[in-house]
Amino acid sequence: MVDLAPYRAVLASRIRAQRSHRASFRLDLGSSVLVGFVELAEIAVLFLTVDRLGGLDLAAIVLVFGIADMSFSLADMVFGHCDNLPTYLKAGTLDVFYLRPQPLLAQLVTSDISLRRLARAAVGLAALVAGLVVNDVAWSLANAVLLVLAVVSGVVTFSAMFVWAGGMQFFLVDGYEATNAFVYGGRYAATQPASVWGRPLVVVFGFFFPMAFTAYLPTLTLLGLPGSDWLPGWLGWFAPVAAVWAWVLALASWRTGVRHYQGGGG
Amino acid sequence: MSTATQTVIETRGLGRDFRVREGMRRRTVVALDALDMRVEAGEAVGYIGANGAGKSTTIKMLCGILVPTRGEVLTCGHRPVPDRRRLAREIGVVFGQRSQLWWDLPTAESFRILAAVHGLDAAREKHRTGELVERLELDEFLTVPVRQLSLGQRMRAEVAAALLHSPRLLILDEPTIGLDVLSKQRLREFLVAERREHGTTLLLTTHDMGDVERLCDRVLLVDRGALVYSGTLAGLSRTVGAERVMVLDLAEPLPPLQVAGTTHRGSEGGTGGLGLRQRLAFDPAATTAAKVLAAVTEQLGAGNEVLDLAIEEPDVEDVVRRVYAARR
Repeated sequence: MVDLAPYRAVLASRIRAQRSHRASFRLDLGSSVLVGFVELAEIAVLFLTVDRLGGLDLAAIVLVFGIADMSFSLADMVFGHCDNLPTYLKAGTLDVFYLRPQPLLAQLVTSDISLRRLARAAVGLAALVAGLVVNDVAWSLANAVLLVLAVVSGVVTFSAMFVWAGGMQFFLVDGYEATNAFVYGGRYAATQPASVWGRPLVVVFGFFFPMAFTAYLPTLTLLGLPGSDWLPGWLGWFAPVAAVWAWVLALASWRTGVRHYQGGGG
Repeated sequence: MSTATQTVIETRGLGRDFRVREGMRRRTVVALDALDMRVEAGEAVGYIGANGAGKSTTIKMLCGILVPTRGEVLTCGHRPVPDRRRLAREIGVVFGQRSQLWWDLPTAESFRILAAVHGLDAAREKHRTGELVERLELDEFLTVPVRQLSLGQRMRAEVAAALLHSPRLLILDEPTIGLDVLSKQRLREFLVAERREHGTTLLLTTHDMGDVERLCDRVLLVDRGALVYSGTLAGLSRTVGAERVMVLDLAEPLPPLQVAGTTHRGSEGGTGGLGLRQRLAFDPAATTAAKVLAAVTEQLGAGNEVLDLAIEEPDVEDVVRRVYAARR
């Protein structure tokens, strides 16, 4: 049985600290909501000139955006501060983690939580609900399960991206810009119809970092759309497999990174 | 529990290399060559050496932060890297430059979190926190966020944080660096009392000879990644003839003082070879501060007097330099 008290104690203190700065917390919440709506508006504006994008109409895209954005925001809330690893490395915070009897990664993940991401997740949820209303979903138990599976797998997949990027920071000095291209680029890709991607992008964000599995493919499956040769509609059911694969990548990257930190050099 | 014969730290041929990149080329730097050291339970050991001699590297390998390149290491009977999490329950570490505390939280809250981290039950947490707060005089700033603490206050809080889970071994890396005389004194007194009470083994690195003198039974001196001396500080000082320096502030400037048994080490605050502040180095084994002062007072003319005086203790750096010089 894993003792969760150490993690709870740290997280509870982080939450209290964030709520004690009420004004800045509200400002953070407000700006998060604003950015979310701007991104949604961006898509709507695009559809002023086209009717369909990669085989999806505006309604379907809103659903893709909703699933992807909500999943990403929830993952970002819990795992997003893995981005701070370079700061932790420089400040020696990581060395302090070594002095505590918990696994390093578990300590890093629970060292902070960004409650303001909840606002962003709320925007995603709003888009998701709107998407479900405006689309013609043939509701069945299978489709309900698919939707839940998609959101949960999405959160897990995006979380893995943060951990993967964290592991890479051990090698790359000031390399978070490079990994951000995949983490935040991946998030952006996940909100787009993957059918418009070129072949290299399908390889990178379709399969290697399985971004297409977080929202686009489950949406195809949910709406009964055919998809493309490389990414057929029924692949939406494989979102959990993609999530497992993403964690294989993440843990491999993390373990190699930690070994490098302890063993390799500098 | 009988701890008298237990070995707390044992290393054999412990070494660590770093690969550094210089432009396109890669070079291997030996941070620690082959260290053999042993620390028994209940000992207080000063681990000294010049910057870059491998002190921090050693400590990181003792805690399981770095993987040794060669050799063996056992800390509290554990292999630090594979058994890191078990080891963490038995050691407390203060790295002078990196904090264990949460900078935006009150000290008391950091202690509560650390108690949860180490799985202390409520009774033990209350007892131990109370004990440390009282002995380190933390109550005056327990509710102040850590970022607002003075360096001396923060250091006392750091030491308490490292000792909260009653570790068998306490490792302090430069605990008194930057502290004022009073803060140093309080911290040293606390450490002496803590060790008397709980028998905690202590390993400390420092540049401050006062730390070593007042806290350590034994000194380990490391040079170029290998142990070159193990024994008492007095023995080390004898081998290198470490001196003390008396700093005298005079009312009227004088030419360099010539006092038997001392060496003049410079004057300041005067013109034409005269000095208001003068430094005299003496060997404490050959003479005493009182004798030196008496001799100085005799030499002062009428109307002149010693306004202030300080004794500078030999710097660890200085002793280390002398040992190194003797070896080369």
